[in-house]
Amino acid sequence: MTVSGGLGIVVGYLVVALGIGLVAYRLTESTAEDYYLANRSIGTVVLLFTTFATLLSAFTFFGGPNLAYAAGPEWLIVMGTLDGVLFAVLWYVIGYKQWLIGSRNGYVTLGEMLGDRFGSPGLRALVAGVSLLWLFPYVMLQQMGAGEALVGLTGGAVPYWGGAALITVFMIGYVVLAGMRGVAWTDTLQGVFMLSLVWIAAAWVVSAIGGVGAATGSMLAARPEFGSFGGGLYTPGFIISTAITIAFGVTMFPQINQRFFVAKSGAVLKRSFTLWPVLVLLLFLPAFMLGAWAAGMPVEVPEGANVLSVVLNEYTPVWFAALVIAGAMAAMMSSSDSMLLSGSSYFTRDLYRPFVNPDASARREAWLARAGVVVFASLAFVASLFRPGTLIEVGDTAFSGFALLSLPVVCALYWDRTTRDGMAVGIAVPQAAYLLVVLSSVLPLVPPLPRTVAGGWDIALGLMLLSAGLTVGVSLLTAPTADGDASRFAVAGD
Amino acid sequence: MSYRRQSVWIAAFAVLVAFAVPWPLWGVDRVVAGLPVWIWWHVGWLGACTLVFSRFVRSGAWERGMGLDAATGDTTAADAAAERGDRR
Repeated sequence: MTVSGGLGIVVGYLVVALGIGLVAYRLTESTAEDYYLANRSIGTVVLLFTTFATLLSAFTFFGGPNLAYAAGPEWLIVMGTLDGVLFAVLWYVIGYKQWLIGSRNGYVTLGEMLGDRFGSPGLRALVAGVSLLWLFPYVMLQQMGAGEALVGLTGGAVPYWGGAALITVFMIGYVVLAGMRGVAWTDTLQGVFMLSLVWIAAAWVVSAIGGVGAATGSMLAARPEFGSFGGGLYTPGFIISTAITIAFGVTMFPQINQRFFVAKSGAVLKRSFTLWPVLVLLLFLPAFMLGAWAAGMPVEVPEGANVLSVVLNEYTPVWFAALVIAGAMAAMMSSSDSMLLSGSSYFTRDLYRPFVNPDASARREAWLARAGVVVFASLAFVASLFRPGTLIEVGDTAFSGFALLSLPVVCALYWDRTTRDGMAVGIAVPQAAYLLVVLSSVLPLVPPLPRTVAGGWDIALGLMLLSAGLTVGVSLLTAPTADGDASRFAVAGD
Repeated sequence: MSYRRQSVWIAAFAVLVAFAVPWPLWGVDRVVAGLPVWIWWHVGWLGACTLVFSRFVRSGAWERGMGLDAATGDTTAADAAAERGDRR
């Protein structure tokens, strides 16, 4: 099969996925408003897999193997720890608490919950604005990932911008045609499908190169340092700060945080929590090991291409390689859809309605949300063409930005004495500082500020501590405002 | 939940998170059954996490940690609390 055949499979698959999304949307036939509330009835398997499906982003699927290929299989440890264990604990500490509070008071977004608790529309807007800000690099990341994947799959016949444009067109298509609905069961279907494909791909490649032992053997022959734990990029500082910033960041991601509100019952959250570490490992192990093993394979990974697609191209038929890449892109598209959907609900509920037009009709709101998504995705596409970093770097920036929200939120959830001013300062100051650090590396306004210090310690981890310190400190110095009501966050009693 | 029982779970979670990274195998390069031995540590550890998590959930500590009544060992108390809320 030719390059165009492979490309045909990718485009065809995306069209089919779009069609399925459209059919699912027509079948469920609910309004954008229903999406959140009706889905408070979401069950274990669907909750587990929709949350899982949001992991199936370019960060995990393309960025992870790339990093394992370049720096060694320790990435599996970093991601497994942060996602499988730390995120699971936060799932309980933040997620379950939010679910309890949300189901008592009917909250749909994080900003709404905090705004109501502290009686402050300004705080609500701040949280929504900060969330939308960091959603931008994450959407951009999907476009970068798609661009690199198609370069790898077609050996450069499709240029980087072509792949990035393709996924942008489909993202917008999803929004316009399927009416912005990331339908939970298509997410589920794609999650299961991708998980199976990754294992088939790993089995196929490993058997072609003579088994797991041989794959590891040639990896070690080419890169002896890959065998020992730690070293190179993987300093203790890097491992710890990456794990903490990403895990806390994930909990504040609009599309993940909103899932904390949608479970049918506590039992659903419990079962998902229990199964989470194993499910995560099932995806990460084959995907990242394929990347690491590729270091020992006689393959040429062109600059800026994705290692997974190059390896699949080498050891499996083009149709299968194309199917995996297509499946991954479709899953990315679907999770981008829920990302954009959550983002647009932040925009309409927390910014537009409270501040611009409280009486907007549902129709106007839906129209505005769609237009917003088109503009947002297009701007992210333009930014993705500049490729301001690797997939992992861009993803890490977004995660860290979200992570800076998390400790003030934990404070609000567990400490009645938290005040509105404490929250505002605890969120705004570290965000401003981190934004300056990030902008200094992409815009020539100020000299680039360091992102890491003293052997891989992420500056964002220090800012997380600052956010907690400021929230607590300023709360102690200021009095609760009259509009605030700590009892809104009570979970026991009437 | 009594402070002592709560702190046992907090300590257990802290250990689970801290040693999901195979720190004791830092710099070890032994290969066992086709993979570096520290990868097996991690695989086993995440399996153990699922076991501990299921124990946490079944023991009723899940509800007690949030100050809810877990006499039944199920989430019925929490679900009832949710039902009482004014779902908008």
